[in-house]
Amino acid sequence: MSETYTAPLTFSKVKAGKGLEAALELDRAGVINEITASGLKGRGGAGFPTGVKWNLAAAAKDPVKYVVCNADEGEPGTFKDRVILTDHADLVFEGMTICAYAIGAKKGILYLRGEYTYLQDHIEGILRKRREAKLLGKNAGGKKGFEFNIEVRMGSGAYICGEETALIESLEGQRGEPRNRPPFPVNTGFLGHPTVPNNVETFAWAATIMSKGAEWFKKTGTDKSAGLKIFSVSGDCKQPGVYEFPLGITIKELLKAVGGLDAKAVQVGGASGSCVPAREFNRKIAFEDVATGGSIIVFGPQRDMLKVAENFMEFFHDESCGQCTPCREGNGKILEGIHMLQQGKCSMHYLRELCALGETMQLASKCGLGQTSPNAFLSIVKNFPDEIMGRAGAAQE
Amino acid sequence: MLTPERDQLAENITKWIDQYGGNRSALLPTLQEIQKRHGRVTEYAMQVVADKLSIHPVEVYGVITFYAFLDTKYKGRFIIRLCRTISCDMAGKSRVARQLENDLGIKFGESTADGRFTLEWANCLGLCDHGPALLVNSQVFTHVTPEKVHDIIESCRKAFGAHTLQKEEVHIA
Repeated sequence: MSETYTAPLTFSKVKAGKGLEAALELDRAGVINEITASGLKGRGGAGFPTGVKWNLAAAAKDPVKYVVCNADEGEPGTFKDRVILTDHADLVFEGMTICAYAIGAKKGILYLRGEYTYLQDHIEGILRKRREAKLLGKNAGGKKGFEFNIEVRMGSGAYICGEETALIESLEGQRGEPRNRPPFPVNTGFLGHPTVPNNVETFAWAATIMSKGAEWFKKTGTDKSAGLKIFSVSGDCKQPGVYEFPLGITIKELLKAVGGLDAKAVQVGGASGSCVPAREFNRKIAFEDVATGGSIIVFGPQRDMLKVAENFMEFFHDESCGQCTPCREGNGKILEGIHMLQQGKCSMHYLRELCALGETMQLASKCGLGQTSPNAFLSIVKNFPDEIMGRAGAAQE
Repeated sequence: MLTPERDQLAENITKWIDQYGGNRSALLPTLQEIQKRHGRVTEYAMQVVADKLSIHPVEVYGVITFYAFLDTKYKGRFIIRLCRTISCDMAGKSRVARQLENDLGIKFGESTADGRFTLEWANCLGLCDHGPALLVNSQVFTHVTPEKVHDIIESCRKAFGAHTLQKEEVHIA
């Protein structure tokens, strides 16, 4: 396997163990205050404030609590967690340990996607070293009375298990079907106990914040989207790979850095994100504008956007868990509609119905998959109408 | 002494379930172990797992069919999973796919008659920066070209010998 191009990351400059040391010197509320003050938001894409999540779990009354690291990175175009787990797994575990201390959990689970089985030995090796160094186990990190252990559980090839409640179902030995929320995992999570599920990158940032301080973190980014973010860049650009940018960066600035300025569109946030056309490249990548879990896919001038939409809908049609009707049926209908468009057999009236169906899915689906799966199709219809309507079918070409 | 395969399997299942905590949470890791060591999860294995966990075998079947990496039927010794998602698609996965079909003589979703290879599609493998990418069992191959397909298949064939029950047998420079 060839090396992933990785721009210099802040994680490389963080001294191992410093964040945990600093955290263990504070009381639990002190740690949560620091994370809350930093303004860190979930790096998996949903952007829920991490401090608030930890505080809710800490406040829940239950002697058994869990910390879950979501390493089921399945969003098309995302591979940053693979790189973080390869190069900075220690920092991720440090973040999990800090979280465990803050909320009062004794057990942590890292849920690694089945496609990353080749990373399992490496990750287990790092956990072994941490156990030997007494950073895990009884009196972890030298803190009397603080006990914490981490185990690795593998996924088995299901995109939906990246959704936090589906992931918990999967950990419980069930089909990975999302639950209704509320109740949220912070009070009713793994085996019914309070659980904090966070993304790999979120834990690494949490450890970094404890090491460098909330003020340092807040210096970059925007008011509503503090800090730096790791991006996975792929598609039509000169240097695909993993990058670190402050949130609030414009798409144009990002494209310049990766060598993709001639792009006609960029998919921000993976298949479930939005497709931004060139005329909107001045928009910011931040939770308040175009949100992303880190996936950036660049489409060069020669790309057929309908084919892109087809690829995304094939993905969702395959990965829908089938539990709720809007998502199970809707993804298939939109895919069918794309095939009609490709053959030049879709009336304007029907296209409008498909778009209405997409909007229904956004409203009525049970979880994030169905709520976001029509996004790419809808934005391609909106932004590239000339490209998709009145196409010559295969027979006429 | 040789133990019948079924007894061996039942013994293994008991061991794995205990190792993973002895409750329903042990189900997925146990099924993953069965899949890894025995190539598939048979109805017999499902029944044993269900008995040990005191659940209905249909529950076990439901879980197996939900996950793409668990199978009830035999697959090839080498499961080749080519990523079909957008970045690998733009990098030219279709030509790699055609070459795989030609060289193996099977279509996607099928296995070769000699039981060596199964060809499948995979959704995003997280190797978007060096597509087209594929997995052979848990081994990764990146920047795959139609030309390289032959080498990958040959390295599997060479490995198909005395050591095939070992976990990772394919190594290519």
